[in-house]
This record gives sequence, structure tokens and C-alpha cells, in this order.
Amino acid sequence: MNFKGDIPAIYGWGSYIPVYRIKLDEIARVWGEEPARVKSGLQVEEISVKGRDEDQVVIAVNAAWTALKRAPEVSPKDIGAVYVGSESKPYAVKPTATIVAAAVGAPVTIRAADYEFACKAGTEALISVMAQVVSGMIRYGLAIGADTSQSWPGDVLEYTAGAGGSAYIIGSKSSTSVAYFESQYSVATDTPDFWRRDEVKYPRHMGRFTGEPAYFKHIMLAANELMSREGLKPSDFDYFVPHQPNGTFPVRVALRLGFKPEQVKPGLISPWVGNFYSGSSLTGLSRVLDKAKPGQRILLVSFGSGAGADAFSLVTQEAIEGKKGLAPTVDDYISRKKYVDYSTYLKFWDKIYGV
Amino acid sequence: MSDMSVPKTPRIWQLAERRYRLIGSKCLKCGRVFVGSRKVCPQCGSRELEDVELSRKGKIYSYTVIRASPMEREKYGPYIMAIVELDDGCKLTTEIVDCSPEEIDIGTEVEATFRKIGEESKSGVIYYACKFRPVAKGV
Ligand SMILES: [Zn+2]
Repeated sequence: MNFKGDIPAIYGWGSYIPVYRIKLDEIARVWGEEPARVKSGLQVEEISVKGRDEDQVVIAVNAAWTALKRAPEVSPKDIGAVYVGSESKPYAVKPTATIVAAAVGAPVTIRAADYEFACKAGTEALISVMAQVVSGMIRYGLAIGADTSQSWPGDVLEYTAGAGGSAYIIGSKSSTSVAYFESQYSVATDTPDFWRRDEVKYPRHMGRFTGEPAYFKHIMLAANELMSREGLKPSDFDYFVPHQPNGTFPVRVALRLGFKPEQVKPGLISPWVGNFYSGSSLTGLSRVLDKAKPGQRILLVSFGSGAGADAFSLVTQEAIEGKKGLAPTVDDYISRKKYVDYSTYLKFWDKIYGV
Repeated sequence: MSDMSVPKTPRIWQLAERRYRLIGSKCLKCGRVFVGSRKVCPQCGSRELEDVELSRKGKIYSYTVIRASPMEREKYGPYIMAIVELDDGCKLTTEIVDCSPEEIDIGTEVEATFRKIGEESKSGVIYYACKFRPVAKGV
């Protein structure tokens, strides 16, 4: 345990996923790719698509509302910080966090900011809130990872770039918190595996280079750092939730770290909704909390290009049982869906220029 | 030039939080709840009213499909506008999203969802508010 005084804990968790989906078969049809080959390589069936009136702010606010439903004992007036991680903010300058704070009824006496670290911006927001809680600076904080994941039309990223996110109400551990954090470790190196330059609409990446020296290296470094420093091994965990850029990487990194498929599968969302970028691993954790029983241990490891990873060890508590039914689950959102074709997807994304 | 114009935002600022959180007024004397901010109760004439968060669930009271969209929404396509009767008794005009007109009817149960309602321009302020969508199992 690397917390010295109060223990940070989750009071409420909640997600939001837009209702629209596009099948990978449909994207492959447009680009002349073989659908079976694309799907077996990525292990993704379909991805969530933002609606014409949805953006990253919409996902963040709706996820925050869902998380607050699961924390009825937390008054929005007691929230002291709202931090949102994302790489698809609708404003380049102007925080999403202040819109979220107003929409949940937080007081004006709060800290609010947006975080950026590619796909691990959400867990950076979470760490900031945890630190302010245990230092006594705030009573409760709201941490969110949300994205309408961006991709160039025709790029391989287009097959996995979904839309969605999750929110967490954090306070100090008590009998009404649902899970507490045992420890948190991070790694960061200067690795240009994936980036988006200022004023450019969609990100670029190093293709195959994004796997080995980026995703696998950093997730394994952070996970191994946590396990060796805390004296834990894969068999001590009930669940392993890594970042999910597709359906294959999370399972492969789990096996390489020594986890079994049944430890990683409960937190998988990418096969049905794709990669939520900053919201990816946090929504995987949300799905695990939807199912977990009290006293179970979870290893959460985000990954952000650029590159780095944040590892968290959590243990669920008794209060989780009473809070599961207070709001829709990740699976409720995954199962509520309407398919769109590629041209409708382009329209929702405003990717048709000149009209 | 429009990008350099002074944005028409102050009125939007005043209303933003009320729209985000669906805040209305409640008469402390007769208990009736109203959409928007009221100084005098239209039901009993009392001047004692307070702000309340309106119910986020209700039923479709009436609806229509807008096929000839106004100019700023011409790319938005056909959309559903409805009068929704909230569980606390008041009625509001709102857009119904996440469904096609064939999937709803008068009486369909709906719930609030936070959405983008427009923007001043491509470089301007973005406006958000509650819209409503059909209640699905669990969600
Ligand atoms: Zn009255």
C-alpha cells in the first residue's frame, strides 16, 4: 500500500455509450477490405458511434449523472474537484470540466480542469482526484475519462475508434464506498507512437510500432512495478483491466503478464464498442464493478500514447452490492444499439465537407 | 468576419445551468411545479416560489416530426419535437432522440439525456441542454 494516511475509494461509478453502432463489415466494405480478416485481426465486431448531437462533453456529463445515481449519499455540493481526461474535446481551449461541474450541480468553489495524455488522460484525472481526497484538500471529487475517438477515414484506427466514457466519484474509504485503492504506480517515457498535431483533425500513428515498444512495454512496466513493489502476483487478482485499443491486445498483454483469460474477459468492452481512448480502461473497470463481489481485487492499467501507463490495485467492498442496481450497467448500454451505415456515420461525424 | 463578431452569449450563460439540470420553479403554497423561472404562481397567485430540479422522466404528450429543418439545422435531418409531461406534472417542449418516429407514440416513456442543442458557429460557443429519449430496459 503506497498511501500513507486516508485511503482513496470509489463511491459511485457510471458509464455512457451512444446508442449508434457501425459494424466492421460495413467499414471494410467501403474500403474494399476482407471483413473476416479485419475482424479476426482486431477481435472487434462493431464500434459505438456518436450521434449527431453527441460529443465528448455529452458523454462526460451523462457518465457523471450515472455515477452520481450510484452515490446517493454524496451531495453534488460536497464535490471539490472535477477533472476530465480526453483527446477529443470539442473546444481546444475551454474546459469540459466546467460544463460537467455545472451540469451535476457542483458548487462554484471547486477545482476544475481537463487532462491530456492520449488514452490515459482519464486515469491521470483519477489520480489527481485521489491525491486531493487523501491529502484532505477536498471531500469528494469527480474523475472522468471520455472520448469520441478520432480517426482518419480509411485508416486502420477507423475500425476501432468508438465513443463512450466513464465517471467516478472518489472520497476517502468508509463503509459506503464500493472499492478502495490499495496502491498506484505509473511509468512514462518519450515514445512517439501516436500523436495529433495542433489544428490537425485526426491523429497519426506508427502503425505496427504502436504495439511492442508502446502498448505492451508500458502496460507491462506499470503492472510489474505495482506487483513487485506491493508483493502481489497475477493470481492475487480476480480481474485484470488493461487499456483496450482493440480486442486482441488486452488478452495478449494479460497472458504475457501471467494472467488467465478469465481474469481479463469480464472487463473487456472493445469487441462490442471499440476503443474509447481516455474512457477505455475506465469503462472496462466500470463493467467489472457492475459484476464484482465484495472482497475482490482488481488490477487496472491504462495506457496513453506518448507514452505511459497508470496501474491501480483496488479491492471491492460490501457496499458495492447495494449500489449496482441504482443505475444502468455497461452491458445495458452495450445492448442498447441501433446500426448505422457508413454514410450516416460520416454525417454524424461531420466528415462530409462542403455540404 | 463573423468569427470576429461579439458572441451573443450572455443570455445563454444565464440560462445554461437551468437548462443543463432541468431546473424549474415550485409554488410553495399550492405545490405546482413549472418549467422555467417564475415570479408569480399562475395557479394560485402566490409569490413564494423556489427553484427545483424537475423530474427527469415523463411521457410523450404530443409530438411532431420536423422534416423541413430550420436553416442552422439543415444538415441535421428530420427530427422529432415533442411535448413531454414530466412525472412531476409539468409539460415542456423538447427533442426526442435515439429513436425514429416509428418507435414512439403518445404515452411513450422518456427520460432526460444531456445533448448538444446547437452552436453559435463553427468557431463559436456550443450550447447544451437536456433532450429526452425513450426509456429502455435498464438504461
Ligand atoms: Zn401556487
